[in-house]
Amino acid sequence: MLDTAPAVRRPPGRRSSGRARPRRRPHLGPYLLIAPTVAVIAVLMFWPMIQIGIMSFQKVGNRQLRGEPAEQVGTENFEKILGDPFFWQTVKHTVLFAVVAVSLTLVVGTLVGLLLNKLGKRMSAFVAGGVMIAWATPPVTAAIIFSWLFGSTGGLVNWALDLLPDALVGGGWSDHNWFATPLSTYTVLTVCVVWQACPFIAVSVLAGLKSIPGELYEAARVDGSGPWRTFWSITYPMLKPIFLVLLVMSIIWDFKVFTQLFIMSGMANRDAFNLSLYAYSEAFGSLNPKLGMGSAIALVLTMILLVVTALYVRVMVRQGETE
Amino acid sequence: MTVGRPGRVVRKIILNGTGLLVFAVAVFPVFWMASTAFKPNTEIFSTTPKPLPLDPTLEHFDFVLNGRIAEVSFWEYFRNSALLAVVTVLVSSLLALTAATAVARFRFRFRTTFLIMLIVVQMVPLEALVIPLFLDLKSLNLLNSLGGLALVYIGFAVPFAIWMLRGFVAAVPRELEEAAAIDGAGPVRTFFTVLLPLVAPGLVATSIFSFITAWNEFIFAYTFLNDQDKYTLPIMLQFFFGRSGNAWGPIMAASTLLTIPVIAFFLLVQRRMVSGLTAGAVKG
Repeated sequence: MLDTAPAVRRPPGRRSSGRARPRRRPHLGPYLLIAPTVAVIAVLMFWPMIQIGIMSFQKVGNRQLRGEPAEQVGTENFEKILGDPFFWQTVKHTVLFAVVAVSLTLVVGTLVGLLLNKLGKRMSAFVAGGVMIAWATPPVTAAIIFSWLFGSTGGLVNWALDLLPDALVGGGWSDHNWFATPLSTYTVLTVCVVWQACPFIAVSVLAGLKSIPGELYEAARVDGSGPWRTFWSITYPMLKPIFLVLLVMSIIWDFKVFTQLFIMSGMANRDAFNLSLYAYSEAFGSLNPKLGMGSAIALVLTMILLVVTALYVRVMVRQGETE
Repeated sequence: MTVGRPGRVVRKIILNGTGLLVFAVAVFPVFWMASTAFKPNTEIFSTTPKPLPLDPTLEHFDFVLNGRIAEVSFWEYFRNSALLAVVTVLVSSLLALTAATAVARFRFRFRTTFLIMLIVVQMVPLEALVIPLFLDLKSLNLLNSLGGLALVYIGFAVPFAIWMLRGFVAAVPRELEEAAAIDGAGPVRTFFTVLLPLVAPGLVATSIFSFITAWNEFIFAYTFLNDQDKYTLPIMLQFFFGRSGNAWGPIMAASTLLTIPVIAFFLLVQRRMVSGLTAGAVKG
């Protein structure tokens, strides 16, 4: 299993330390070890991805679910969605949300990471521990908690906004419904997602900061460099690889955000759909399921994410992470 | 050093104050959930919310744990969730351990391809896969079954588990295995007596990760399961959202019960999660 066979087979008289570690001969072993995983991933991930491609050119509805063969419809699904302003509205929601949420997450997360690095050891561990709690909260619960915080009756946020002077925030917050318009729904979603995602950015940045040699900062201080300057000429370039990875991961996560929006806004509230909720609702949202249409929408989302993933893989390969 | 520089104390106060503020913001929503769970309804819907329950009550927990939610009890949902999570952990850990051993111990053709595949599948929008997987499970007669769902969760958990575990396997010195081999231990015996004990901490970390994946999952369970007696805890939470207003007390009590084990587990392994997720990115 561990490929120790060559060492055993070696004749006893031969000095094994006399030469470099034998280059491990490619044989069946490793392939057998990864075979089950490859099978699982092929069946549960790659095949379904291909199916999305196939189904997006088909009509798959109730009759097909009962066992009738799928009907080929050519590019009809794509013509329908691309010509539909509603589709473009969901694209707009998806992209705008991702841009805002990713920027906020990265900026706030980095600031928290820098703070953790500046704090004393015990304080840093204490704050990091608290921050971890936000990260560890299940997405379902996070969405429920924020629905409650922003709830129209008994919600803490409305109560607090009502306490603030009207000149600052306007009046009439006491029973404000945050989930009435897409804009305010996405505001709550953004707060929820950023709250959960920042910790990961923060601890990753912290790990990166710890790896930067202290002499660099020493030198910068001797040269009279201020904090702003020091950040852009030392910290940022040193952390650039990690920022790239974090950026790509955040884009991917925020593009496909689903559970939180599903719980906050639900399938009945079409105005607030993003791409993944739209795909899901087409496929499962009504008594008349349109799995082909859903697949076509899902394919658009998958394509966008594959481009981003390709960027990510390039970064990882360039950093030698897959060596 | 600049000890005694004027303003240093002020600076320290500002830094620590900001730290406490960040801590408060991070913890507050979870605190508010737990606090609400212990409040009687009159306090939950009070026009002036209080941070802590004035008159703490266990009625919401009692309702969730002992009342009948819809047709089945909390403990059935709990059992389903736990069962799914345990099966996911066992199978995905086994797969991850074998694959991570291959990746960390052998150079073979397609090794890089395999690693890239692991990255790519972690980026796939799972929400998109729900459509084809629904049809696949249907044709295999695995819809509305915990077994079918476990299969899906294993597929989701394995790629990251391998990614995390391969570092642990690589960290075990090869000389130890070679020594065992020279002492006459076969590969299987070497695996169990040398490698396994040394990667055990990593295995715990990946297990908890797989556990959380299955425990938290919502949309696949929501889509694939029909019978109430098969529902999982995240699906159960949906029952408290009603047309005539939400039962926030029980929702918060149930959410607390769902969340606390996850947070506890997560805090155990977070350090390894971080290094698993950002592996190498820090090397510069």
